[in-house]
Amino acid sequence: DEVPLMEDVDEEGYGFYAVRKAEYDDTPETAKKEAEKLYYPSVTSVNAEEKAKILHDKQPRFLEDEGFYVGTRPKISGWNVNKMENRLIKELHREKWFGEDGRMIVLPNPLRPTPSRPPIPEEQEPGLEVQYRKAIMHEFDSRYIDGSLDNAGYYQLDVDINSLSFSHHHLFSREHVLATRLSQLYEEYMDRQKKNMAEYLSEKLKALKLSAVHLKDHMAAKKSEHNYADRSNFQKRLQDYKDEIRRARALRDKEEKTDRLLLKAIIKTWKDIKQQREKQKFINTPLKLQVITEETNKEFDLTQWKLEIEDELEEMEEEATEIYNRKKTEYEEALKKHAEQVKAKEDARVRIHKRSRKQSTKGSRASLGSKASKHSAENEPNPEEEAKDQEILNEPEIEIPDKPEEFNKEQARKDIIAKAKEIRRRPGEPKLYPEVTSTQPITEASKCPRGEQQRRNDVSKCEMFLKVLFNNKEVSRTSSKPLTQEFKLNFGQIFSLKIVQWPESITYQVYETSGFGGEIICEINSSIPDSSVTSQSVQLENLDFSSDHRVNHGHEGVGSGVPFSFGAKNEGTETLYTTGELRCSVAWAINDQGELLVPPSTQEQGNMFYAMRKMDPVTAIGAAGVVDIQKLAKWFEDSRLDPNDPANADLVYMLKSKGGESALLGPKEFFRLEQLQEEFNFCDDEAIDENKRFRLIYLRDSEVTEFKNYKMIPLLDRDIPRDTFAEYEKKKREEEKYKEEKDIESHRAAVSKFMQRVREQVIRRFRLLAHQRRLEDVINEEAVPNIALLGTSVLKLTERRRPLRVERKERKKVVPQTIDNVKILININRAVYVPRRVAASRGGAMTAREPDKAVKNIVGETQVQPFIEVMFQDVFLHTEVGDGPNPSYNEELEMPFKAPNEDYTPGNLQTVTDNIYLNLFDQVLIDIQEDDRQRGTTVHQRIEKKWLGGLTIPFSTVYFNGKIDGTFKLNKPPVLLGYTQGPDEEEGTSLRSNEENTYLSVFMTIEPPLQPPEPMRERFATTEDEKLLQYADNWEKTLNAKFSDREYKTTVIDVNGKTVFVTRYFKALEPPPDIFGSSDTEVKKMEVVARYVSMIPSVSDSVVFPGLCDIWSTCDQFLQMMAGDEEEHAVLLANYFLYMKKITWLIIGKGIPEGPTAYVMTEQENDYWIWNAGTGEHFSYRDSYCPLQSISCLINAENIWANVQQYEKPAQMNFDLSQGASWRSFFTRSFPNTGIASYQPERLYYKPTNKNAVLDLQEKIETLLKNKIMEWRSRLITRWNRHCTQIMRKLLPVLEENLGHSPGEQHLAELESTFSAYKVSGFPINMPYNEINPIVDAVFSTRVHAHDTSDVEFALAVYIHPYPNDVLSVWVYVASLIRSR
Amino acid sequence: MSQSSVFLLMVGGQIESAEFPDFDDIYCKYCFTFGPDWLVTSGLDEGLTQVTKKSRDDRQQFVWNFPLDITFKTTNPFGWPQLIVHAYGIDAFGTDVVRGYGVTHVPITPGRHKIRIPMFVPESSSQLQKLTAWILGRRPEYVDVRVLAQGEGREVTRVRSQGFLTVSFNVVMKDMKKLGYDVIPSEMSTSVIPESVGPNSGGTTET
Repeated sequence: DEVPLMEDVDEEGYGFYAVRKAEYDDTPETAKKEAEKLYYPSVTSVNAEEKAKILHDKQPRFLEDEGFYVGTRPKISGWNVNKMENRLIKELHREKWFGEDGRMIVLPNPLRPTPSRPPIPEEQEPGLEVQYRKAIMHEFDSRYIDGSLDNAGYYQLDVDINSLSFSHHHLFSREHVLATRLSQLYEEYMDRQKKNMAEYLSEKLKALKLSAVHLKDHMAAKKSEHNYADRSNFQKRLQDYKDEIRRARALRDKEEKTDRLLLKAIIKTWKDIKQQREKQKFINTPLKLQVITEETNKEFDLTQWKLEIEDELEEMEEEATEIYNRKKTEYEEALKKHAEQVKAKEDARVRIHKRSRKQSTKGSRASLGSKASKHSAENEPNPEEEAKDQEILNEPEIEIPDKPEEFNKEQARKDIIAKAKEIRRRPGEPKLYPEVTSTQPITEASKCPRGEQQRRNDVSKCEMFLKVLFNNKEVSRTSSKPLTQEFKLNFGQIFSLKIVQWPESITYQVYETSGFGGEIICEINSSIPDSSVTSQSVQLENLDFSSDHRVNHGHEGVGSGVPFSFGAKNEGTETLYTTGELRCSVAWAINDQGELLVPPSTQEQGNMFYAMRKMDPVTAIGAAGVVDIQKLAKWFEDSRLDPNDPANADLVYMLKSKGGESALLGPKEFFRLEQLQEEFNFCDDEAIDENKRFRLIYLRDSEVTEFKNYKMIPLLDRDIPRDTFAEYEKKKREEEKYKEEKDIESHRAAVSKFMQRVREQVIRRFRLLAHQRRLEDVINEEAVPNIALLGTSVLKLTERRRPLRVERKERKKVVPQTIDNVKILININRAVYVPRRVAASRGGAMTAREPDKAVKNIVGETQVQPFIEVMFQDVFLHTEVGDGPNPSYNEELEMPFKAPNEDYTPGNLQTVTDNIYLNLFDQVLIDIQEDDRQRGTTVHQRIEKKWLGGLTIPFSTVYFNGKIDGTFKLNKPPVLLGYTQGPDEEEGTSLRSNEENTYLSVFMTIEPPLQPPEPMRERFATTEDEKLLQYADNWEKTLNAKFSDREYKTTVIDVNGKTVFVTRYFKALEPPPDIFGSSDTEVKKMEVVARYVSMIPSVSDSVVFPGLCDIWSTCDQFLQMMAGDEEEHAVLLANYFLYMKKITWLIIGKGIPEGPTAYVMTEQENDYWIWNAGTGEHFSYRDSYCPLQSISCLINAENIWANVQQYEKPAQMNFDLSQGASWRSFFTRSFPNTGIASYQPERLYYKPTNKNAVLDLQEKIETLLKNKIMEWRSRLITRWNRHCTQIMRKLLPVLEENLGHSPGEQHLAELESTFSAYKVSGFPINMPYNEINPIVDAVFSTRVHAHDTSDVEFALAVYIHPYPNDVLSVWVYVASLIRSR
Repeated sequence: MSQSSVFLLMVGGQIESAEFPDFDDIYCKYCFTFGPDWLVTSGLDEGLTQVTKKSRDDRQQFVWNFPLDITFKTTNPFGWPQLIVHAYGIDAFGTDVVRGYGVTHVPITPGRHKIRIPMFVPESSSQLQKLTAWILGRRPEYVDVRVLAQGEGREVTRVRSQGFLTVSFNVVMKDMKKLGYDVIPSEMSTSVIPESVGPNSGGTTET
């Protein structure tokens, strides 16, 4: 390796790399250049010359010496300072770097020499302490704008109080009173002058008259041209004009009159003032009236005057004539009517008179004879007529109106003139214009009399202020101001009120203070401003006020509420009350940003509007609060706004139509999230549904079982096989069909629907979880080693390589990809206590023997020849035929196993519902030799199989447990005709007596071992207490560390996929009351209950919820679903026992053949009974054939006890739960049970089973089975023995009553004696009812039908015993009868 | 099932080289993952390369030149094959540790492609575990490398980059266009081979 690979490459050549010395240009030129560019700042101090230059040759000035404070300079080494100074001195603006003392400017070090922090006191200051208070519910108060005091909004009202002026005050002097009056009058006058109504009205009058004249002329001129309608129209208009003129005149007259009166009043008041001033000899008020006179032309006036009067007169006359004419016609009509009436009345009177006379004559005649009666009938006075006449008489008399008077022209003229004189300026009278000025000098106080001086004094002493009340609470008050001599106060103050409550009232109170104390004069109410009134737009308004305050003065002041007079000359007195005017305003404030501080108009919509205000174009254009977009759109259309106008862009945008058609501006009605989604869709959903390929892909993706592992989905639609969906759709249809089938299985249908729903829900949840992965699922990482782990690894080092004691090695689990050829290995060891053929079989007919193999008993006959047949997935295998009641096989059978879809993943395998059936048969050889002569040379026999018992093991059990090993009890019919089980008389010695059951020793496993499903990660949602769950976790962990193979259960999953604490499942629940029947003893009752529970069909969790195990449903759900596995059965049974006041626990443990399972344990006297809820059997805990193999914990409502004993087999255990060494309880004194409420319903409701439906079902099953048997024997004739069937029908209910136990010898004997002529072999099968198919399968697996001969008769009876809530116990009695020869 | 609607994808190529600074003695495992509609008709979908040492020049490269050759048959482009490469090496204590995972899709256009795959390893979940992993030589690894080919479950992992690996692919497709999948620009697919090229063209230069 030392030799270089490429030798021809020399050092300096073109090799990959070469090593040389770094080049350095060391010429004097470089040095020169460097000297130009570089310098080294010296470390010596800057020389004095340079320094002096910097200081401009001034003497350095040391501020410190002059007494100024200069900070301490930071400590820097002298060299560094010098270096820096040297550097800086070369700078361009070097002066600024140096101070007056010639040194570098340096800031004092801002840092402290030692780090420190502010002291933090140990105890908090008492004032700053935080105290805990409970949260207070704040009552919603509608008075507050935002609902509460600490609101978010900021609302402000500005109250502007400008000035106050009195129109009367108790300190007014008499002159003041008059002056005020004058000024008021003058004000009014000025007001009227401004409006000038009189002038306006006379103008109007003139115009009206002119139009009327025009119209009249027009009418006269065009009279011929107009038709009637036009004419009446014009007539009407003319009339309108006339009315208008009349009205206008009346108004003008009134106005003129007021004007004139006002003028008169002004002059009169002024006269009064002058009088008053004269009288009191001083002047108090500055008022002064000047009357300007304007001379007028008398003649013009006069003509004007006359014209006016004539006009009016004419008009009046016209009107009067009209009225007169109208009245006159009325009058005449009335007269006419009156005359008629009088006449009619007269007539009537005459008629009545006549009739009465006639009546009287007729009455006298009537007595003469009936002959005249006919005649008289004709003359009979008609009652109708009479009534009419009477009516006419009774009519009220028509009143005759007064005769209208004619218009009196002279009188009218006089009236008009009188009126005109009153209200109008007479001709030649000058026009008067009053003018009030305040130029009159006021007499000085010193010159006034004493009373006046006092008054003035009082006035100047008087001060006033205002309080502002908001919602009747004082919020602010003005400063108090002195009253001026003019009785005016100027405040000019603006108060800003920040409000939190809705404004209800704003009130001002006027207070007067003279000397001490205030006195309320009056209250003034202001209105709440509209939300549009802002402080910028508001105008001051005058609020009048008055007070009934009573004040009397001894001086010149007139007082208030007190009568006073103006002196001797003025008759009468006057009483005035304090009145005045306040100039003020209230408005909403605007803040600096120009936002209005108004609360939202109403509570509900308010905030929304406020937020919208900024972006809403509608509010932007000023229509506040418009929400009805429809209306807005309509308005937009109606008002024909230009949609292209940029000014309307906002509106158009808002109203933009859906279709983009700008003509149809409609509001948008929806909001879309993914508005572009549609454009990116390849096709719509419908197309996907219709397309077979898409559908297939979709179903595969959603992991539907049938398509989960579908490979190679064809690209083209036509390549997809037509029957792809057939199965799936059939399944769907079946689900549908369940719903339709009403007759018998309505309940079952409902249940299956419910199941389906629960299942789908759970599966969905599970799928979601399965796709959530944790770090452990993705990454393989070493756990952090702890001491124990380190210890074991250290120990491992010392371990022997080849230990003498061989340990079983775990078989390696196979990864699912590489699997094919999976087998189930079934090792059948032996069977014990097989029933023997009864003595009757020793008859001549049965020659069951196989000379070379069979071991004969002493008599030379075989007792039984049993063999085991295994059926799985329609494959049959069987062992060799054994001999005798205790055969030994030691055979291994290999059952091929095929997973659906060839998918061996755990997820798929746990959905396999196939069962492994192990059936024990007796092989009977029947000699059918016809001819005795050939017996020596030929063997002619028929093999018959007699079913003796069976065992069903679900595949899932084998799969989950990996292996099954043990001795199992066979399910044996209670009655087995032709066989006996009792003690063997002949052998007698070897068998234990009274053994009723047959047992089978089997070992089963799967080869190669399949990966079991991973235990469900329990990461479900929960409503349990976090602390409890944590404790439970710990508890489980510590126990599992010791006993890893015992299962300690604290939490389970309910059907909603939630974690529930296990003790919640226990609660005393009442069993259906009518199942007990005649059962009297306690034990019997318990057995009945157990039987009821066992008759509820059993379905493994993993089948119901593939991929999910350990789901516990509550008892009501269980009863509703009518299916559940061991836990549900056990929980229900335990709850029933609790109701029966039994001491009961639920056992979590392992059983055979179920594997991990749940049993129920009850305490009997001196014994503990273990109940298998699935079969209804019970065992003593000492029973060694008890299927329960181990107990890991006991659970009841109060507690959980974990088995911490050495042994776990019930027979070896100690059941004293109080012993801590044997049982560790979950709830202890340190962690007590705080009363966890039960999860079960209050009580269970059982609905009675429909008897008729049950009978129907019974019939249906029987017919079906008979048909099936005939179908299975299609080659041969099947005959039915009715007699036998009858007897069986009778027998079955008895069996049910005996809870499936044998009815006793006597009964059997009866049966056998009946059929002495036959050789009968048959048995009853009992099973819970779930579906029909399992019943058919069960009958088929017994092989009763397998008689390959025609001379056999069959009997079949079906009986269904109905328990409440549709729990059905199905009995099928099937037998074959062969006539004995 | 009808075979007419199937197209073929033939992938040849090499796992050429890699850069893993600071490491030596590295070998690779590779596997192809593909969707449910894909089928391997020939070739190996998993393999293991030889151990290679760093080149002793300044490129510091690991060269394998390990051939890949596999042919797929499929009905759907969904689940297009991906190549997952995971490299392992021997650490200072002589234990085998993972040096990097990388994944790439097989190119979807025919022709020659050279792809440089960034390689990464999962990080330990804590500092303590990092230390123990280093001491014991048991670094965190993916339970199933196929996770890399999917999005699911990746969010729980934290990874660190370790180097690069170069793979070259020669991709040939059959019947893809026939089934309506156009993967190459039209000017390329319709290009005509100039007629003058070929042995016959030499004939004119006879004289």
